[in-house]
Amino acid sequence: MPEAPSPASLSTPDLTADRQSWLAILARADAATIAARLDGPLPEFARLRGPETGLVMIRGRQGGDGAAFNLGETTVTRCSVRLAEGGVGHAWRLGRDARAAELSAVLDAALQDPARRPALMRAVIAPLAAAQAEAVAQQARRAAATRVKFFTMAAMR
Amino acid sequence: MYVSVKGGEQAISNAHAWLAEARRGDAALPELSVEQVEQQLTLAVDRVMAEGACADRGLAALAVKQSRGDLIEAAFLLRAYRTTLPRFGGSLPLDTGAMRLQRRISATYKDLPGGQLLGPTFDYTHRLLEFSLAAAGEAPPPAPEMEPEEPGPPPRVTALLAQEGLMAAEPEGDDDTPPPDLTRDPLSCPASRALRLQVLARGDEGFLLGLGYSTQRGYGNNHPFVGEVRMGEASVEVVPPELGFAIDIGDITLTECQMVNQFKGSLTEPPQFTRGYGLVFGHNERKAMAMALVDRALRGAELGEDGGAPAQDEEFVLYHCDNVEATGFVEHLKLPHHVDFQSELENVRAMRAAQQ
Repeated sequence: MPEAPSPASLSTPDLTADRQSWLAILARADAATIAARLDGPLPEFARLRGPETGLVMIRGRQGGDGAAFNLGETTVTRCSVRLAEGGVGHAWRLGRDARAAELSAVLDAALQDPARRPALMRAVIAPLAAAQAEAVAQQARRAAATRVKFFTMAAMR
Repeated sequence: MYVSVKGGEQAISNAHAWLAEARRGDAALPELSVEQVEQQLTLAVDRVMAEGACADRGLAALAVKQSRGDLIEAAFLLRAYRTTLPRFGGSLPLDTGAMRLQRRISATYKDLPGGQLLGPTFDYTHRLLEFSLAAAGEAPPPAPEMEPEEPGPPPRVTALLAQEGLMAAEPEGDDDTPPPDLTRDPLSCPASRALRLQVLARGDEGFLLGLGYSTQRGYGNNHPFVGEVRMGEASVEVVPPELGFAIDIGDITLTECQMVNQFKGSLTEPPQFTRGYGLVFGHNERKAMAMALVDRALRGAELGEDGGAPAQDEEFVLYHCDNVEATGFVEHLKLPHHVDFQSELENVRAMRAAQQ
C-alpha cells in the first residue's frame, strides 16, 4: 500500500528534476571551481555520511541497445550532510574529489531551501552550467571541423 | 607440490631500493609527474583503466609511473587497489547512442546522418618520426572549430540497418536483474554473452588483437565490416537509495565498435546482419575493434556456424585473455621451486639408474 504523503511533502513542490539538474552540474565541477563561485559562507552543516570513495560497476548494453552487461568499475565519491538549519543534501560524483563531494552535498541541501535557491542558482549553478555547455559545444565544433565531406570533394572537381 | 621458502629480507629490500632509483632514472632530469602521465601519455592511461577494469585516470596514471611504463604491471596495481574500496552499487546501463562524440566513423556508409568525424586520430598520419617533438617547443595551436551541421548525437548505423529489418535485434534484458559479475563470482563456462563481454572488456589488448586478426585470416571468418566506431563521452547515472531517483554523476570517455557481420539465416531467422560489439574505457579503437571481432566469433555456436577456430572456443578465449591472471601463472614459474625441482632431479636420476 502506498504511504500517505507527509504534510511536509504536500506543501513542498517536487524538486526531483531540479535536483537532477544541479547534481549533474556539480558532479562535473571540481572543488576549486565550485568554491570559486561561492560568494558567501556555506551554511553550518554536519556530515551524515562520508565523504567516502568507493566503486560503482559501470554497465553497458550488448550491441549498444540490448541487455545490460558489466563493463568495469569506476571510482565514485559520495557525501550526505544535514544543515544546522534543517534540510539534508546528497552528492555522488565520479572520481575521488572528497572536498567537491562535500561542497556539492551542502549545496544540494541549501538549494532545496526556497529562500537560498535563487542566489545560489545565480552565483554557482548557472555559471557552472554555462561553462560546461560551452565545453561540450567546443568539443562538438572541433569534431565538426574534422568531418569528412565527400560531397565537397565531388564539387571541387 | 609447491614448498614455500623464507629469508632474503635484506636482499629484497636492497633490490627494491635499486628499483626505486632505476624508476627515477637520471636525477639530473626533471621527474615525471603523475599529471604529466595523465595528460601526455593518455592512451597508456586508457589501456591501464580498461585492463585494470577500473576507470580512474589519476590512479591509472600513478600506476603507469610506478610500473615504469609496464602497462600490464600497472593494470595489476589498479586491480589490487580496487579491492581496497567498497562497492557502492551498479550504474544504469550507459546510453552510448547519446555519446558526445569526438570521433565517429563508418566503413559501411560513405554519407550517413551525422557524417564521418575523424576526431583526434593517428589514422592518415604518415608514421614518420616527428623529431620536433624531441625538442621542447611551444604548445601546438588550438584545433580548428566549425559549427556542427546537425545538432545532437547522430543515429547509430545499426539502427539504420534495423529500420530496413536487415539487422538482427539484440535480445532485450531485464534491467532490474543485475548482469553476471566476474568480480563477484568466478568465471564458469558456458558463459552468457553478458559475462563474455565483461571478460573481453578487461581482456589483454594484444591477445584479443591476435585472436581478432586470426578470424580475418580464416580461422572462423565471419565477414566483418566496421558499421561504426564511436569515441566520446557518455553520462554515468546511478540511483542512490537515499534519493530514490536517477542522477548523473559525470562523464566517462569510451570507445564503442559495432562490427557488422553477414548471417545467412536459419530455419527461424531470415538472412540478415548480426553484430559483434566492443566497448572499452577511454580512447582505444584497436581494443574495441578486436573485442567486437572476438565477441562475434564467440556467438558462432548460437548462430549455428561451424566452430573449431581458436577465437570461437569460449573456454580458450575467456580463460586466457586476462593478462593479470596470465602474468600471475606464467611469472610464478620464476619463484623458488627448489624443493619441487629437487624431487624431479631425484626422479630423473633414479630412472636413469634403472635404465642402465
